[in-house]
Amino acid sequence: MSEFIRPSRRSLIKAAGATALAGTIGMPAISRAQSDVLRFGHLTPRTGFLGPLGEFAVMAADLAVEEINAAGGVMGRKLEILKEDSVNPQTASTKAERMIERDKVACIIGEISSASCLTIAQVAARTKTLYVNTGGNSDALRGANCNKFMFHVESQNSMYVKTCGRSLMQQGLVKGKKWFSLTADYAFGHDLLKVAKRFMEANGGQFAADKLVPTDLTDFSALLIEIRNAKPDLVISNLAGNQITNFLKQYSEFGLTFPVAGFGFDTALAWAAGKDNFGGTWPVVWHHLIDTPNSKKFVQAFTAKYKKPPENQAWGDYLAVKIFAQTMNEIKSTDSMKIIEHWEKGAKFDVMKTREGYFRKSDHQMMHEMYTVQAVGASAKNQWDIFTSSPAVPAANESLEIIATTAEENECKMA
Amino acid sequence: MSTLFLQQIANGLLDGVYYLLIALGLSLIFSLGGIVNLAHGAFYAIGAYLTVLLGPHIGFGGAMFVVPGLVAILGVLVERLLFQRFYRSDPILSLLLTFGLAMVAEQVLRMIFGAPPLSYSIPSWLRGQIFLGDFIYSRYRGTLILIAASCVLALWFLLNRTAFGRVVRAGVQNPDMVGALGIALPPYMMAVAAIGIGLAGLAGVLLAPIYSIHPAMGQEIITPAFVVVVIGGLGSFWGVVAAALLVGVVKGATIGLGYPQFATAVIYLMMLLVLLFRPRGLFGERIQRFE
Repeated sequence: MSEFIRPSRRSLIKAAGATALAGTIGMPAISRAQSDVLRFGHLTPRTGFLGPLGEFAVMAADLAVEEINAAGGVMGRKLEILKEDSVNPQTASTKAERMIERDKVACIIGEISSASCLTIAQVAARTKTLYVNTGGNSDALRGANCNKFMFHVESQNSMYVKTCGRSLMQQGLVKGKKWFSLTADYAFGHDLLKVAKRFMEANGGQFAADKLVPTDLTDFSALLIEIRNAKPDLVISNLAGNQITNFLKQYSEFGLTFPVAGFGFDTALAWAAGKDNFGGTWPVVWHHLIDTPNSKKFVQAFTAKYKKPPENQAWGDYLAVKIFAQTMNEIKSTDSMKIIEHWEKGAKFDVMKTREGYFRKSDHQMMHEMYTVQAVGASAKNQWDIFTSSPAVPAANESLEIIATTAEENECKMA
Repeated sequence: MSTLFLQQIANGLLDGVYYLLIALGLSLIFSLGGIVNLAHGAFYAIGAYLTVLLGPHIGFGGAMFVVPGLVAILGVLVERLLFQRFYRSDPILSLLLTFGLAMVAEQVLRMIFGAPPLSYSIPSWLRGQIFLGDFIYSRYRGTLILIAASCVLALWFLLNRTAFGRVVRAGVQNPDMVGALGIALPPYMMAVAAIGIGLAGLAGVLLAPIYSIHPAMGQEIITPAFVVVVIGGLGSFWGVVAAALLVGVVKGATIGLGYPQFATAVIYLMMLLVLLFRPRGLFGERIQRFE
C-alpha cells in the first residue's frame, strides 16, 4: 500500500483561496448584436441573500418582454433582454460595462442591492446610457449620489418609512413610544436607519435600542432575548433579504408579543415565513392583492406562467421594461437623452395602481402610491394571501410627493 | 454580571449546538479520508428541502427519522462514486471536487424548487416557550438540543466503545497498518461518510422550522462549521464539541456586550488567533499522515 500524500495546512488554505477566487469569475459571452433586434440589459442579484428576490425580477422581466413582442415589439424591432447575475457591486459594474460596450444594449434595468445600484449608475453616467433602478431603496441613490442617467421605479427609503409610519401613528405606536430596531449592517440598512430616526424624532418617539445585525447572521435568539429584556413598545425591522424570514420565524418561535413593524420588506420573505409566523405591519411598493384592472391582469399572466403570484420585486422589473418600451414607441427613439427629456417633462405612466405615476424631475424618483400590509395570521385562506392591505398612501386628495423626501431633506444635485 | 448577560452566555452554549452536527461530520470525513468536504452544507440544504417535501405526508417526527436516512444514502452514493477516488490524492483535488459538487447541488435545488425561499413551520406540538426564572427558551429549541446531545453521545459511544470505532480510530492514525492487519478500510470509510452526511441531513431537518429555507442555505452554514472544526482541532471529537460551544458563547457574549454587528466577525477572529497560536487547534491530535 502506498502512503497517503501529506498535505500541509498551508496548501489547504491556498487551495481554499483559489477556489473562492474561481467562484467570482463571470459568465461566458453572449452573441453579437443584430440590427433588427433591440436589446435591454438586465442585472440583478440571483445568488446570495437577495437572490430569491432577484429571481422574481427575472421572471417578471421575461414576461414583460414576451408581452411587448406579442404586441409588435419596440418601434417594429424585436425586443431582447440580456440577463445576468450582478453578484456584487464590482461584478455588477463590470457586467454593465460589457453589456453597454460590447452588446450595445439600449438601457440597463434592475438591481436590488443599493450598493450595486451605485456602481451601475457610475457606468451609466460615464457611457451616457440610461439605467432604471428597480429594487435599490437607499435615499442616498436619489440624494448625494443621484445622477442624470439613473431613474428609480423602486421607492426610496423615505417613502417606505413615511408610508409605514402613517399606519404606526394611526395605531398609536409612535408618539412617546419606545422602539427597538434591528438594522442590516450595510449601505441599505444604514440609510434606512437614518431615515427612520429622522421620522421618529419628528414625531415624538424614541429608540429603546438600535442594533446593527451582520447580514450573515442567521440566528436571532440572542437578539430576541435583548428585545424581551428591553420591553419596547414596538420592534422595528430594518433588515433585508432572508434575514427577515429568519427573524419572523424566530420571533414567532419565542412567542414575543410586542408589536412588530418594518421599513423594508418583500412579500416573498413573508411567504417564506409562512402564515403561522408572519406578523406585523410592513410597507410595500406593490402587492398581488391590489384591486386595479391592470394589476389583476399582471397577476393573472404571471401566475399562469409561473404557477405562483408575483411579489413586489416582480412589479418593479415588469414595470421598468414596459415603461422603456412604451416611451421608445411614443417618442420613436431609443436615444437616452431624448428619453430623459421626455421623462423629466413629467410623462405619466400606468403603474397598475389607482393613480398614474411619474418621475420627479429633481431626483428622478418615481412618484406613485404605496401600501402597508398587515399580517392576518393562521386564519389566512392560502399560503399567498397572508396579509390585508391599507388603502393607497397618499390618499386620493393628497399630493403623491408628500411621502417622498422633501426639498430640504434631499441633497441631490443633478449634473 | 447581569442576568441578561448570563442568559446570553447560556443561549450561546445552545446556539453552538447548531454548528455541531455539521462540524462533527466534516471532522470525521476529513480525519478518516482526508477529504475536505465543502459539499457538506449542500447535504444540510437537501435535508431541509426533503423535510419541506415529505413533512406534509409523514409529519415532522417522521421526517426526523426518514430524511437523515435518505441523505445518508445519497452520501454513500457520493462516497462510492466520487470520494473514494480521492482518498489517496492531494486534498486540493477533493477540495475542488466538493466545491464543484456544492455548486451543482445548489443549482439543482434552485432548478427543482425555485430560488424563492420555501416556508416550513414548527409543528404545533413543539410550539411554545420554556421559562426558567428570568430565562426564556423556546420549547422547540429545547427539543433540538436534546436530539443533538443524544446524537453527540451516540457518536462518541460508537467511536470509542465499539469494535467499529476502534477500526475507525486506527484508520485515522495509520490506514496502512490497519490494512496490514487484514482489515479492509473501505466499508468503514463508507459508513463514516454515511454517518457524517446523515448528521448534516438531520441538521437540515432540525433547522428547517426556524431558519430560512433557500438554495444557498448550505453555503451559509458551511463556513462557520469549518471554523468550528479548525478551532477545535482536526481529529479531536471533544475538540469539535468544545469549539462549537465556545463559538456559541463568544457570539452570545458579543451580542450581550452590545456589539451584535461583530457577532459573526468574532468567530473568524477566534479562528485567526487559534491558527496563530495553536495551529493544530485547541484539542487537535497529532495525526501522523497529516504532519
